Amino acid sequence: MNVGLEHYLVVSAVLFALGLLGVLVRRNLLVIYMSLELMLNAANLALVAFSRFNNNLDGQVFVFFIITVAAAEVAVGLALIVALYRKHQTAHVEDLTLMKD
Amino acid sequence: MTEFFFYFFAAAALICGLLVIANPFSQNPVTSAMFLVLTIASLAGLFVLLHAFFLAAVQVLVYAGAVMVLFLFVIMLLDLKAEERRKLKRLGLAGGVLVVGSILGIFFASLARSPLPAGEPSTLEGSTIELGKRLFTQYLLPFEVVSVLLLVAMVGVVLLSKKDLK
Repeated sequence: MNVGLEHYLVVSAVLFALGLLGVLVRRNLLVIYMSLELMLNAANLALVAFSRFNNNLDGQVFVFFIITVAAAEVAVGLALIVALYRKHQTAHVEDLTLMKD
Repeated sequence: MTEFFFYFFAAAALICGLLVIANPFSQNPVTSAMFLVLTIASLAGLFVLLHAFFLAAVQVLVYAGAVMVLFLFVIMLLDLKAEERRKLKRLGLAGGVLVVGSILGIFFASLARSPLPAGEPSTLEGSTIELGKRLFTQYLLPFEVVSVLLLVAMVGVVLLSKKDLK
């Protein structure tokens, strides 16, 4: 059986679902961040697969930009986590309820 | 042969992705980071199968190299003690599974009824030459904007990591 577009899309969808589950269920800020990366990578896989099977290189250019933006986003987000940790000595979302009170 | 590699890389990506978010043996973020590296490497393999050679290289260099090193640095910096196993809230877990299940359902339903281009893949090659031509002609403006974005992110990170954050 030949590997077609739908195979790649199924892998991408399941990977995205895993990332979303991690964001919703895990309570460690760093692991939540890694799950976000997982979701971005799932979107990248779908874009590359569409690009290949639709004979259009624009999807790959888009993935290139997504990777760049993700790198910038990770740098800023991790700096925020470090600043937060310095102030509150925790990286758990359950301990960070300042706006709740 | 291609089929074998596809199933191998897809299974590796999915299993390692699962181990990133739910590892039964260790709650340590370092383990999650390592499995994320493996996931990204398998995705790079899938990119090669899709003839996106440049993106596969960038994926390994930028994600598995730079981004994950940044993650590991921060984990080291935070000095997270052997994190005590906190009980997951039942309600949160059930809600998460419900949301993710419904999203997966929507995905597969739309996948089943959408007209996908028929099986034969194109002759498209995601080589550096082709991608570079696009980047420096048609996509020149976004390319430059992204460079500004990286500069802004750099300035922001320097500002955020100052000792006395005002």
